[in-house]
Amino acid sequence: MPTSSIRQLPKTEMILPGTRSCAGCGLMLTYRHALKALDEGKTIVAVPASCMTVLHGVYPITPVKVVCINNPFAATGASATGIVAGLRATGKTGYTVVAFAGDGGTYDIGIQALSGALERGTDFIYVCYDNEGYMNTGTQRSSASPVGAVTSTTPILAKLQHKKDMVRIVEAHNLPYIATASPSFPFDLYDKFKFAKDVKGPRYIEVHAACPPGWGFPNKDLVKMGKLAVETGIHALFEISEGKFRLTSRSLALAEKGRKKTVADYVKGQTRFRKISAENLSRLQDFTDKRWNDLLERHFKDNP
Amino acid sequence: MGRIEIITANTAAALAAKLCRVQVISAYPITPQTPVTEELAEMVENGSLKAEYITVESEHSALASVVAASQVGARVFTATSANGLLYMHEMLHWAAGSRVPIVMACVNRGVGAPWTILNDQQDTVSQRDTGWIQIYCRNSQEVLDSVIQAYRVAERIQIPIMVCYDGFILSHTSTPVDVPSQEEVDGFLPPLEDRSGMDGHTLMNVNPLILSDPRPDPEGRLMPGYMEFRYRLQQDILESVNEIKSADEEFSAIFGRSWGASVWTYRMDDAEHAMVSMGSLASECTLAADQLRNEGVKAGVVGVRVYRPFPRVEMVESLAGLKTVTFFEKDVSYGYQGALAMDAKAAMYDSEHRPLISSYIVGLGGRDVRPDQLAQATLKCVGGETKHCWLDVRDL
Repeated sequence: MPTSSIRQLPKTEMILPGTRSCAGCGLMLTYRHALKALDEGKTIVAVPASCMTVLHGVYPITPVKVVCINNPFAATGASATGIVAGLRATGKTGYTVVAFAGDGGTYDIGIQALSGALERGTDFIYVCYDNEGYMNTGTQRSSASPVGAVTSTTPILAKLQHKKDMVRIVEAHNLPYIATASPSFPFDLYDKFKFAKDVKGPRYIEVHAACPPGWGFPNKDLVKMGKLAVETGIHALFEISEGKFRLTSRSLALAEKGRKKTVADYVKGQTRFRKISAENLSRLQDFTDKRWNDLLERHFKDNP
Repeated sequence: MGRIEIITANTAAALAAKLCRVQVISAYPITPQTPVTEELAEMVENGSLKAEYITVESEHSALASVVAASQVGARVFTATSANGLLYMHEMLHWAAGSRVPIVMACVNRGVGAPWTILNDQQDTVSQRDTGWIQIYCRNSQEVLDSVIQAYRVAERIQIPIMVCYDGFILSHTSTPVDVPSQEEVDGFLPPLEDRSGMDGHTLMNVNPLILSDPRPDPEGRLMPGYMEFRYRLQQDILESVNEIKSADEEFSAIFGRSWGASVWTYRMDDAEHAMVSMGSLASECTLAADQLRNEGVKAGVVGVRVYRPFPRVEMVESLAGLKTVTFFEKDVSYGYQGALAMDAKAAMYDSEHRPLISSYIVGLGGRDVRPDQLAQATLKCVGGETKHCWLDVRDL
């Protein structure tokens, strides 16, 4: 796995000024670096109803220099399968098909189509940009929302359940490549997309895409918030290539030396956690620690 | 040259798809459609059909994947029935709105709950407002021929078409079918013209967010709004009657068989009384008409082949001036009446000589319908008694 620096990143911008995403959008930054890693003119993006639809702009104008096929909310995995099959049937070669769905379109309504596509071995990259809620419709709860988060459908008690472990569900499908990434670590993200591009079969990349309006933090703090998520272990950076697990980037550094920050450091900067009880904070810390320890154990087992 | 084979309508549909050289097939099994998916899967696996076969996990995904495959330029096929079709409902709208030339075999079956696997037409009739053209077939030969014609029409006007036929009555019943040769079909149906624009250079945002009002593009050209897209779809479906008619005429010149355009008639030349129906039930009405003729009643049949676009002009031409018209249909628009009857009556509103009209809901969930029942019901109307009710339903 190469490690790129800012000097290796292509200068070409695939997203022009004028997107309709919110200021400080984690998805926007993710998309920018992901598209740099993919081939210009040879990438077809499948997008369900989501913030990405909004980012792509309103007909007839789009600020994104990539072929985009919008599809219904539940259909991303199936639409991508159809694109791959259609290209093959008509002899159009050299394309990379990339699905970009949010956590709602992945963890919830889209999980059946995603599971079908992964099981069939569809040759595509599926990206879940996880902003931990239905941000496009106004911050409703999704099964990716963390415990203790106030959402517009958990407005009084805050979310009572832990986040679904989507990566483990995906891994049960035996993919050749799975990765997590964060736009706060753009070189790591870029490298993972670049690597995934040349892998055959279904690939899954889960990006933790912080959302200033949905989470309640200042737009300017996007990168900081993403970093905190990694440094607290809320979102660990890793990849699983042909079953072999390894932590990457800041998560790798944390594993080798350094100290994980506490979840309290992360939640205090976000208004969505304004109602978090001591009990839920402790539940979130325990959940995070257990998962982090599992990942550490797995990392050192696979990389002795 | 073609050859006569003794096959079911399901086999006829699968063979037609093969003869049309479909490139991507995606389908989820459901009774009574299942043999269509199985036979096509076998053709792809044994190499007799060069196509991509996608084994999907649901009907929603089946239609989603063929929509996407069509959007990148492939000729696609799928098939379904009943609740499977309803599970596609969102995608039906999506396919028509995407203006993709999908052809789908719909094997008519009653809708659950409660469960039935047997035939009626509630499934497809309840999807009439999704922007698809709907063809209802009276026998297996028409199924085969209609699938071939449907590709021709769909690809010319970029509107998806469902070819509907009755479950078990046709889908699982073997009858002689003239299966044309590949050369004959190739002569009728040219390869799909690639309008996808997927050339590695053209950038597209397909089916993006669109406002109701027209907006200028970066060059200042005014582009349609959502409402103009919808208007165009409506206009093109209305005008598709011409394409459907010319496809049938050209088909007839090559294959020697014509199914008429939107409406077909039986013994209507001197008829005073008509029975109106769709699918195999309309075929059965012809037996009832023969029976009535034997009894001295001048009866005939008007069969509706294309239900959407609704054949308004043809219906008025066929029915105006008759003494009575009796509708028989295997669907109901709950809270009102049979959908075909109410559509036809709306079409008749402007005609000067409106006949006496009766309408019957019959054969739901596979209840047997006999020609003599159809004749008896027609005779009631002939006798001046108009009814809007269910035939052979028992008040328990």
